[in-house]
Amino acid sequence: MEWDWNFVREIMPTLIQGVKITILATVLGSVLAAIVGLAIALARRSPNRAVSRSVGWFAEFIRGTPLLVQLYFIFYVLPDFGILLPPLVAGVIGLGLHYGTYTAEVYRAGIDNVPRGQWEAAKACNLSGYNSWTYIILPQAIPPMIPALANYLIAMFKETPLLSAITVLELMNQAKSVANTYYRYIEPMTLVGAFFLVISLCSVVLLRWLEHRYGRIER
Amino acid sequence: MPAPIIKVDAISKSFGTFKVLDGLSMQVMPGEKLALIGPSGSGKTTILRILMTLEKIDGGHIQIDGEQLYHMERNGRLLPADERHLAKMRQKIGMVFQLFNLFPHKCVMDNVTLAPMLTKGVARPAAEKRAMELLDMVGLADKAKAMPAQLSGGQKQRVAIARALALSPKIMLFDEVTSALDPELVEEVLNVMRKLAAETDMTMLLVTHEMGFAHDFADRVLFFDRGRIVEEGKPDEIFRHPKQERTQGFLKKIIAAGHRV
Repeated sequence: MEWDWNFVREIMPTLIQGVKITILATVLGSVLAAIVGLAIALARRSPNRAVSRSVGWFAEFIRGTPLLVQLYFIFYVLPDFGILLPPLVAGVIGLGLHYGTYTAEVYRAGIDNVPRGQWEAAKACNLSGYNSWTYIILPQAIPPMIPALANYLIAMFKETPLLSAITVLELMNQAKSVANTYYRYIEPMTLVGAFFLVISLCSVVLLRWLEHRYGRIER
Repeated sequence: MPAPIIKVDAISKSFGTFKVLDGLSMQVMPGEKLALIGPSGSGKTTILRILMTLEKIDGGHIQIDGEQLYHMERNGRLLPADERHLAKMRQKIGMVFQLFNLFPHKCVMDNVTLAPMLTKGVARPAAEKRAMELLDMVGLADKAKAMPAQLSGGQKQRVAIARALALSPKIMLFDEVTSALDPELVEEVLNVMRKLAAETDMTMLLVTHEMGFAHDFADRVLFFDRGRIVEEGKPDEIFRHPKQERTQGFLKKIIAAGHRV
């Protein structure tokens, strides 16, 4: 079997369509994971035992089950309960929830790293709980954890081919469909790998920069 | 005779099995400058932290400015204070910490203006004008735009004092504010406190190991040991003629360690 550049040229537009969806799913999934992670981290610190326990169990449950199974549930099982989601929406929710349980741990560590004296100073300044969080604690907790969050973003990006299982037309799915149409796998699959590699390498460069920029906070 | 501004009545507090405060009672008059001295673990820092509501009490009552601190009076009954009541009471009290606890992500000016703007709704121009006066008072008007990491320990502590003053508390609590400083930076902080004592009628409570400063600064000295006040009196009485054996022993050790009285 020989590498066919003409075939590459022919399938390229389709694959680029797929790349766009892959990136879109990653970006939306990251935003959701960042929000879900913060919500879980905050809920686990709730003085209300029922809230912190149940959210803790929920996070363990999500982390303890495969993303693929969760995607099947969201896309194929939820319709039985009357919740019908478009493939991309289901995929973004799956990625966001799954990775949200991991980013929650990053938030937890970041929040725990803020010295107790900052809480006490906020209280001595008579700031409310909400103001302490938004003006004092989170602005100090979040910058040092940006590199770790970005790491999960890259990991999530490389897991997006799983979305092909729920019919999202992302890169892997597009490549599979052209491969199945022409019975040629070498070019589409090689290109999928190349796309992921190039984007990952760019992300790593960005990550190094983020680490340099936000990795430490001066006290 | 005016009523005491702080009335502590039979406060007890334990950390686990360790009893830090054991039925502690004390009264502070408005404008009084009080020095709290004693060995570590004697409860002197804990009582400051309790007054700032950073620790909960196990039993007893505290009145600040005629109002219950940890309790609310509702229909003649005393109920545990809720967050709103605590927030109201905290307005009367400011605190300066051993480790400064400046907000490291905010410049000096924002450290001082943040609380007045957020808790009292002061507009930014007014808050900044007041902050400049305070920074001028502590000798740091030229550092308004600096970040805390760019300041020396003594400068940080002076900003922390300005930050606490910005809320115009009636009572200021100073918790070993010079203990974390290099020796050559201690004096600049003590000078600010002397100025504060001379220029305002604030009530000031000071936990310190600077016996010389406590002697000059305080109207009254309380010697703490094992969660109780063992001896109290005018600085001269406590430092020159301590009556209690434990006070004598403590002062002897402190002097032996090289502290000036």
